[in-house]
Amino acid sequence: MTRLGDLERAVMDVLWDRDPAADPVTVRDVAEALQNRDLAYTTVMTVLDRLAGKGMVSRERAGRAWRYQPAASREAYIAQLMLDALDLAGSRDAALVRFARSVTGTEAEVLRAALTDQAQVAERRG
Amino acid sequence: MAYGAHFAAVILACYLTAQALTRSVWFGPGWTWRSPRVAILCWQALGLAVGLAAIGVPLAVGLAPYGTGPGRATGLFVGDLAAGVTSLAAGHGWPTGVLPAGLGPVRLTLVGLAAAIAAVLLGSTVRSLLAAVRAQRRHRDLLALVGRADPAAPGALVLDHPGAAAYCLPGVRPTVVVSAGTLDLLNPGELAAVLSHERAHADERHDLVLLPFTALCRALPRVRWLRAAHDAVALLVEMRADDKARRQHADEPLAAALRRFASAGSRITPAGALGAADLELDARVQRLLLDRPAPRLRPAAASVVAAALLLLPASLYLSW
Repeated sequence: MTRLGDLERAVMDVLWDRDPAADPVTVRDVAEALQNRDLAYTTVMTVLDRLAGKGMVSRERAGRAWRYQPAASREAYIAQLMLDALDLAGSRDAALVRFARSVTGTEAEVLRAALTDQAQVAERRG
Repeated sequence: MAYGAHFAAVILACYLTAQALTRSVWFGPGWTWRSPRVAILCWQALGLAVGLAAIGVPLAVGLAPYGTGPGRATGLFVGDLAAGVTSLAAGHGWPTGVLPAGLGPVRLTLVGLAAAIAAVLLGSTVRSLLAAVRAQRRHRDLLALVGRADPAAPGALVLDHPGAAAYCLPGVRPTVVVSAGTLDLLNPGELAAVLSHERAHADERHDLVLLPFTALCRALPRVRWLRAAHDAVALLVEMRADDKARRQHADEPLAAALRRFASAGSRITPAGALGAADLELDARVQRLLLDRPAPRLRPAAASVVAAALLLLPASLYLSW
């Protein structure tokens, strides 16, 4: 994995491991949580900027600084990948090649529910 | 006109060969499943031949007044059109006699139809490719954030989810992914076989093999035989990957892994009804357990037929 990919993951882990009810964080908060990596403030800012560009984090202005929060939970992303993997995402692109499709009706519902919940949470926040 | 008839004959021959490949009436039952790679190549040749011929029929009939092969006639027609348009642009109006006599509105419509077919075939393939690349990039981005390496699945990423999934994210740097549920479901030998299977998909770019068929199904969703061809190729691709995996491991772990996937919980399909996925899993397991030797004669014969069917329209385009 590239260094940048590695950093993106570390930053997302910081955001995900916080209390979801807590306030969104600033670049400084993230840099402090990652202080064992000894990252420059601008590096963390760049990474958060990239993540925002990919739609992985959402941000809002708070005074002079941006405040960041994950766009979706880790579970929701895993659910999204599983829907892709099990060909339940409803896209008909030949994007993946699967070993075998095996999923129960309830599993599929649970996966979809994980995504819908996330969308509702995002709406309430927005 | 003769060229149009030739193209039409190619379409008919392709249709009959496709029937033979799916039903295996003439070439004997099931050789395609025992030589999946040859069968995949045959399907690709057939697909390309049908595409070329489908463009060729209206093109050849439309441009018949030129009295030459469709390739040269297209060149002449484009030249004539350009001359006409240049004259129009210069304010001299459409010159009479720039197009050969007999190239009336009906034939021009046919030429337009040929262009439309070519545009649909090419456009849908490109669109599908772009959509797949986009979906893959998104998938890869998410995977980089939530996938993890696990010593239990060397060379693969693990998704922490209890459901059973194993797949290959194709691309320049392909990634094999399994879910935590799969790790629970399979023993180490079975898992190794599944990982080999996925790596075979990645190495042989099976995603690109399937892409034109997927694209056509998307462009023409109501055409049932296209769907049948797509499903036949999709199954052959799985069997080809099974063959590569069984070469590195024994047959049993792969068959056992397939059976475990098949019986992992109740299925979406209603009780008693066998979904296509179940039938395919069953066919793959049976094939691994029976282990009949690959035939030689029938794949060779089918290859010759498929190559001839592809060469015929190609040479028609090139004939002067």
